[in-house]
Amino acid sequence: MTDIRYLAPQTLDEAIGAFAAAGSAARILAGGTDLLVQMRSGAVKPGLIVDIKKISELTTIEETADGSFRVGAAVPGAVLAEHPRFGKVWPGVLEAVNLIGSTQVQGRASAGGNLCNSSPAADSVPALIAAGAIVTMQGPNGRREMPVEKVPAGPGRTNLKPGEILVSFTLPPRPPGSGDAYLRMIPRTEMDIAVVGCGVSLTLKDGVCTAARVGLGAVAPTVLLVEAAAKALIGSKLDDAALNAAASACSAACRPIDDKRGTIVYRTRIAGVLLKRTAAIAAKRAAEGN
Amino acid sequence: MSKLHVSTTINGEPMEFLCEPNDTMLDALRGPLALTGSKEGCASGDCGACSIMLDDRLVCSCLMLSAEAEGRDIRTIEGMARGEHLHPLQQKFLEMAALQCGICTSGMLVASDALLKKNPRPSEEEVRFWLAGNLCRCTGYDKIVRAVLETAAEMRAGN
Amino acid sequence: MNVITNNKWIGQRTIRPDGVDKVTGRAAFAADTTMPGQIWGKILRSPHPHARIKSIDTSKAEALPGVKAVVTAKDIVDFPIDKSVILGIQDMRWMCRNVMAREKALFPGHPVAAVAATTEAIAAKACELIEVDYEVLPWAIEIDDALKPDAPILHEFNKFEGKLSNIAGKLEVKKGDIVKGFAEAEVVIERTFTTRPVHQGYIEPHACLVSVAADNKTTIWSSSQGQFMVRAMTAYLTGFPQSDIRAIPAEIGGGFGGKTIVYLEPLATLLAKKSGRPVKMVMTREEVMRATGPTSGSKSTVKIGARKDGTIVAAQGTFHLQAGALPGSPIRGAVGCSFSPYDIPNVLSVGYDVLSNRSKVAAYRAPGAPIGAFAVECVMDELAEALKMDPLELRLKNAARQGTKAAHGPVFPRIGYIETLEAAQAHPHYSEPLGKLQGRLRGRGVASGFWFNAGGESSAQVNITEDGNVVVTTGHPDIGGSRAAIANVCAELLGIDYRRVSVLIGDTASVGFSNLTGGSRVLFASAIVVTQSAEKVITTLRERAAKIWEIDPEAVKWENGAAHPASPNAGQFEPLTLAELAAKAPQMGGPIGAGVQLNTEGAEGGFGTHICDVEVDVELGIVRVIRYTAVQDVGRAVHPGYVEGQMQGGVAQGIGWALNEEYIYNKDGKVDNPGFLDYRMPVCSDLPMIDTVMVEVPNPKHPQGVKGVGEVPLVPVMAAVANAVHNALGRRFCSLPMSPPKVLAELEAKG
Repeated sequence: MTDIRYLAPQTLDEAIGAFAAAGSAARILAGGTDLLVQMRSGAVKPGLIVDIKKISELTTIEETADGSFRVGAAVPGAVLAEHPRFGKVWPGVLEAVNLIGSTQVQGRASAGGNLCNSSPAADSVPALIAAGAIVTMQGPNGRREMPVEKVPAGPGRTNLKPGEILVSFTLPPRPPGSGDAYLRMIPRTEMDIAVVGCGVSLTLKDGVCTAARVGLGAVAPTVLLVEAAAKALIGSKLDDAALNAAASACSAACRPIDDKRGTIVYRTRIAGVLLKRTAAIAAKRAAEGN
Repeated sequence: MSKLHVSTTINGEPMEFLCEPNDTMLDALRGPLALTGSKEGCASGDCGACSIMLDDRLVCSCLMLSAEAEGRDIRTIEGMARGEHLHPLQQKFLEMAALQCGICTSGMLVASDALLKKNPRPSEEEVRFWLAGNLCRCTGYDKIVRAVLETAAEMRAGN
Repeated sequence: MNVITNNKWIGQRTIRPDGVDKVTGRAAFAADTTMPGQIWGKILRSPHPHARIKSIDTSKAEALPGVKAVVTAKDIVDFPIDKSVILGIQDMRWMCRNVMAREKALFPGHPVAAVAATTEAIAAKACELIEVDYEVLPWAIEIDDALKPDAPILHEFNKFEGKLSNIAGKLEVKKGDIVKGFAEAEVVIERTFTTRPVHQGYIEPHACLVSVAADNKTTIWSSSQGQFMVRAMTAYLTGFPQSDIRAIPAEIGGGFGGKTIVYLEPLATLLAKKSGRPVKMVMTREEVMRATGPTSGSKSTVKIGARKDGTIVAAQGTFHLQAGALPGSPIRGAVGCSFSPYDIPNVLSVGYDVLSNRSKVAAYRAPGAPIGAFAVECVMDELAEALKMDPLELRLKNAARQGTKAAHGPVFPRIGYIETLEAAQAHPHYSEPLGKLQGRLRGRGVASGFWFNAGGESSAQVNITEDGNVVVTTGHPDIGGSRAAIANVCAELLGIDYRRVSVLIGDTASVGFSNLTGGSRVLFASAIVVTQSAEKVITTLRERAAKIWEIDPEAVKWENGAAHPASPNAGQFEPLTLAELAAKAPQMGGPIGAGVQLNTEGAEGGFGTHICDVEVDVELGIVRVIRYTAVQDVGRAVHPGYVEGQMQGGVAQGIGWALNEEYIYNKDGKVDNPGFLDYRMPVCSDLPMIDTVMVEVPNPKHPQGVKGVGEVPLVPVMAAVANAVHNALGRRFCSLPMSPPKVLAELEAKG
């Protein structure tokens, strides 16, 4: 006999109502690939589980006329991969979401859950930050938006207000000549938490970088938007000097810890290596044109 | 607090069971449903021994609440053979010694079946990355990968 | 001894008898079993690495509704420290303290009490209500810390060389005179190596279900590598006579040595006795990682000296292996196996068993030998480099052969080590170019290894069914495919179709005493007793036919599943098949069957030589194995598929040990990575295909020429990988695992 309750509401209002009413005792269930592990280990003991997967706005993907994408917060990575267009426009975001865990995990895990779990090493977040994604959330006081990089507040904490549920991600329309990529360093080939994760999105015009954003994960309490790295790339032809400067900016932005997955020294050193490799892939995709 | 009553379809058959709200699908399969073919190796989604199909999607049953099974279509290892006719993957695993202790085998077969349904022509690399979430400690994966590739080739050839 | 050469079944890749159940999910592993009325057992574990237990108050737990029994150390038979009681490979003084803490908790996770309740949740809650008064003590985990002069001492009874110490034992083997030997050496290489504790990594957690009747008649289903060990350990720890306990081996989901010991069965038995209900206990993955024995971490120093022509003249090894909380690290394997591939006139090999506040070590595939081989084979590689010799040539020049007196004592009979070296040299892997990839450095390394293998007690019965088929009952849990091989042997001997032979593993009530599954002995030992049983059955069948034909049994031969009259009566009578003779059995003398129980002898050690290619991402320090070939002297591959499988599985474990697996402790002395996420075993995408070459040099002392094969495959791997990394980077890695931060740091130090 437990005193946990499980609810699977059909509407967002219902979900918010129940979630807000239960206060800190409630948890949102999307894919469950973080929540169930935390419940099993005893780290989290929810009184109420609100399963949001029956709410259509949270589980659908839309491409709007202007070319932006709205992705429901609970869309599993495997479903996102099956969308006919998303992966062509945002290959970096897609590969980031689909590096989380295993094939089985990707069948359930969502970018929304990954963001709200707020691990400093979350795989989807550096790519979403690089993409300039805007999140929409809704709570008892209504709906609002926020740039994705503002959502994580610290390890395991977000800037969502009490009762707020993440609804969707909006990725902006892609200018021609744009490309994105995500790379992470893990010791094995799969199944590890990122030791460092790097997302780069950039736009090239006549070989010159006209826009760039860099997200860096697992090197600070929250995933970072590294503006200095982007600045080093913008206006350049992505030559060695620019890439090295961006790499140094990434290493300089690192404030990692020593833990069972990596050391301060190691993470700081390879942040720059990953930046260069990720930028190279993003640039290749940008040059090939979308 | 009373238990939840769940109605679902497992391996094509309607089934009902009672569960706690925080029970996982794996708990339900191995407990009230007495379908012990899916195994618990870690209960944290890292080993794949509990793999099942949820509405044609490969998932870890330890990472799903049993309550979520309501109205869904679940397929487990027990549904892979048709009576005494083994699925080609099951037969090939036997012929190629792609199992030793067998604890990972249920999950490997469910996962491999999901792969071949999605991609009938996988490369060795694609097989290996698809199965990265299925840990095996006995075989070193070699014969498992070979069995999947050979089955795929035979199924393409219409055997 | 008849080595069968003209084979129908031996050497065939038959379908394993337990296979269909395993691929359909029907095979019954211990956690799959249920009994009516069963309740759940849970263990309360020490949070402290080292603490005196002053008192335990279980009253609140006992009062919780749903709790049916509570067990503490006082319910377990005590084996006093001053009297050693050996049971198999364990000493009961340590077992009774390992299965539950007595005077002290010796590692985080050490069981302190156990509860049985109607649900798992209630049992867990009850554990939380048990109040334990600990006096926390300072602790030491790493070998260096445990050996410091002011180190916390784990056991006040443990003295070494007259002083209180954390060294629980020393083992030494000696040959010749190393002082004289090194004096003759023209090139000497000496290096020190460290390895971290690694876990066997079986995917199935320990589990058991125990039912105890009011008169103590006990039935145990468990995941174990030895039902007789389970029976005996449980009997010793509970005080029940062994004849009251029936231990049934469930299908086992991996063991690799880690299940040659009990953790749960005695506790479940006591809980079942006290509660009057069957008790099921299943470990979580976290419990497995924290509280079951991984193998030792180690520190080894190896010195090898040779003349300029490559003749090795002296070798010395000092091996410190962690025992964990109680004595018993596998120094025997490190000390005894490491130099065995070589004919060295002067050897001194010494091992020290070091206590430390982590879980007691359990056996892991050739225990101790991989640790020793890592050190020796890396030094051999460096020696070859210094002598400007090919590493396989150096080994060939010094290879042990028939007549060589091994460092650990015996004179080798016909062995197959040289054949493995020659096969490795001849293999395309050894000569094909490494190829190049931008941003990566590639390298190739080789290593050899040896493991003793064991014989030991085994029992079997071969019984002919009334319809003329065969049921073979053997005594060892099958963790590698032994049932398939045994069926091959029996079908071959009786001359019948393999599918007519059913092979079962008996429980302690239905088959004679059989020692553990381990030591690479199951097929070796089972095949001997099955062969002798089958030969007795064949004698009976010939006698029955002889009676029917009224001729001398000497004039009857058994061939192709039937009795045939031999000359001088050849052709005079129609052959009598197994089915016909079985049908006539009641009238002709009764049941046809035979059983044999033996302490089998004649086991011979095995050798392996491996070739490994690696690719290093130099900017990130990541090492990947891109090609691997394992050559092994396997005696006789009775079922080649499962011999290959043993080789491939051992290689995969060794690659994990070499590159990413390690126990990580936090500042409080607790395991920081007790799960498959951060205890990084190889996943499918980490490995290449693993090519195998089985060299068959039959064991002359075995009816089918069998040698143990299961453990040798792990022995050379870490050195093969490390030598490959050296070939790629020009740096020797003397510390495992070669994880990316360590590799990158080395590369940066190199410049």
